[in-house]
Amino acid sequence: MSARIIMPRRLSIIVVEKDRDRALTIVDGLREVGEMDVLVIGDDIGLARRIAERNPDLVLIDAGNPSRDAIEELTLASAPMQRPVAMFVDESDGALTRAAIEAGVSAYVVAGLTASRIKPVLDAAIARFHMMQKMRMELAETRRALEERKMIDRAKGIVMRAKGIGEDEAYALLRRAAMDQGRRLAEVAQALVTAAELLK
Amino acid sequence: MTVPMRLGFLPLADAAPLIVAEAMGFAREEGLALDLVAAPSWASLRELLAQGGVSAAQMLAPVPVALSLGLAGPARFEVLSVLNLNGNTVGVSTALADRMRGQGYGFAFDDARAAGLALLAAAASRLRIGVPFAFSMHLELLRYWLEALGRPLPAALEIVTVPPPLMPDALAAGEVDAFCVGEPRGSVAVDRGAGELLLPTSAIWAAAPEKVLAARAGWAEEEPDLAGRLIRAVWRAGRWLEQAANLSVASELLAAPGRLGVAPEVIERSLSGRLVISPDGQERHVPGFLRFHDGAAGFPWRSQAAWIGHRLAVRHGLDPVAAQRVAAGVFRSDLHRMHLAPAGADLPAASARAEGLLSGPTPVTSSRGRLILPADRFFDARVFDPALPAC
Repeated sequence: MSARIIMPRRLSIIVVEKDRDRALTIVDGLREVGEMDVLVIGDDIGLARRIAERNPDLVLIDAGNPSRDAIEELTLASAPMQRPVAMFVDESDGALTRAAIEAGVSAYVVAGLTASRIKPVLDAAIARFHMMQKMRMELAETRRALEERKMIDRAKGIVMRAKGIGEDEAYALLRRAAMDQGRRLAEVAQALVTAAELLK
Repeated sequence: MTVPMRLGFLPLADAAPLIVAEAMGFAREEGLALDLVAAPSWASLRELLAQGGVSAAQMLAPVPVALSLGLAGPARFEVLSVLNLNGNTVGVSTALADRMRGQGYGFAFDDARAAGLALLAAAASRLRIGVPFAFSMHLELLRYWLEALGRPLPAALEIVTVPPPLMPDALAAGEVDAFCVGEPRGSVAVDRGAGELLLPTSAIWAAAPEKVLAARAGWAEEEPDLAGRLIRAVWRAGRWLEQAANLSVASELLAAPGRLGVAPEVIERSLSGRLVISPDGQERHVPGFLRFHDGAAGFPWRSQAAWIGHRLAVRHGLDPVAAQRVAAGVFRSDLHRMHLAPAGADLPAASARAEGLLSGPTPVTSSRGRLILPADRFFDARVFDPALPAC
């Protein structure tokens, strides 16, 4: 038996993502796994053609992206790609597939790539997608909190002017109203601001 | 007792039977509380159904067949009902439309042969056509049509997948010259001034199965009670949709945010078969443009599946006779029949037929005596007689 060692060549990966920051996050995650060629393209109209030209080992795309359907034709043997592509769900690792779907990442993998080479890449992508989801949720939460703060401040101002009282007193009044009605302070503030605008 | 059930759909006019089953109470009458989940793409809807995220889903008729032939992934689906016949349009970019008009074509909208020849004459050497998915009736009907014209096809003929919401941009950018999409996408492209409509696909095959109600293989037999309730609710919704008096209400229901999110007057064009074919407002009336019920439209004929299997096999290098048999097993006319009996549906006595044989409404033997089947001709008058064992 010859002792020839075949060095696996670097993986070539395409990340389909229009948002620049999100794309960078994924690319950073992949770089941590190892040396690989990563190309980012937006989900523009020539997507399938551009992927076929590059002929990557793996395509990563947001599961919610309608352009996923355009990639499907690359999975057919008769497509312009030199090597047939298999959908990730063809692989036997059901748990990994499920994790990918839950994280919102879809992968299209060239047939013949061993699972051991795909798994770390997918794990990294899944982790990044989870991170992005969390960041998006946190951002939405922060934004909501800020809006509520502003609304409460406006309501406080209205009460202060209407009753000629100080800030602390106005705030206490609003909070008591919220407690009495079993509603959130922000809701009471919103109702007051809306009503005040109607009466302007 | 009411049972919750999640169904998947794509925001298209032919999701109507599912949307109406939920909104008009047909599901509730069967004790089902439907939760409709809109999917961003056919690929993701296929995964959603394969992984059990939904119990059943609207699906392109060729997808369950392609899966059974091992062409589209490892999942296995079964067809419980046909949701609709027809309902797609073929359209061309405004540049191509102008060239066709310049060569004397009048956009008659009912003659697939004349339209095809005019298209080939104007397209010259290059023709790229966008379709929504690699396994779709859009692609099958386009290929059938172009091949059956019997003329040399452009050297650079390509049928490529373009997600329908991106189709107007793809036309404007010259990425595609023509398209075949489901409504209301064709009408939206016209309204945006991106293209003109050339043909309804019903002019290529008068009774082509389009979308189906699909479930994971085995589900309907593991859950016969649920499957029966679903099939009956969807069947009643189709019957309601086919009544002209319900058209505007149906358009409003479909237009709602979270459903199609398109203006009701645009949706009404496909439901009424009165299509606006050009940005300057020319109208064409197409009887049978989109059918949900009459003439047993919802019946999953095994021969429809065999036709799809045959087409896929020939293109992908599989044995066509074997593929027809496998495909026919995917359309569960037996389950459809069993579950609709209690609803009093009039269904054909046979489960397979020669497709393309009827040039006009024709009476056939049915469960209640006699049923009128509508014309199902192909534009080239060919007949597809499937190679199936007696069923």
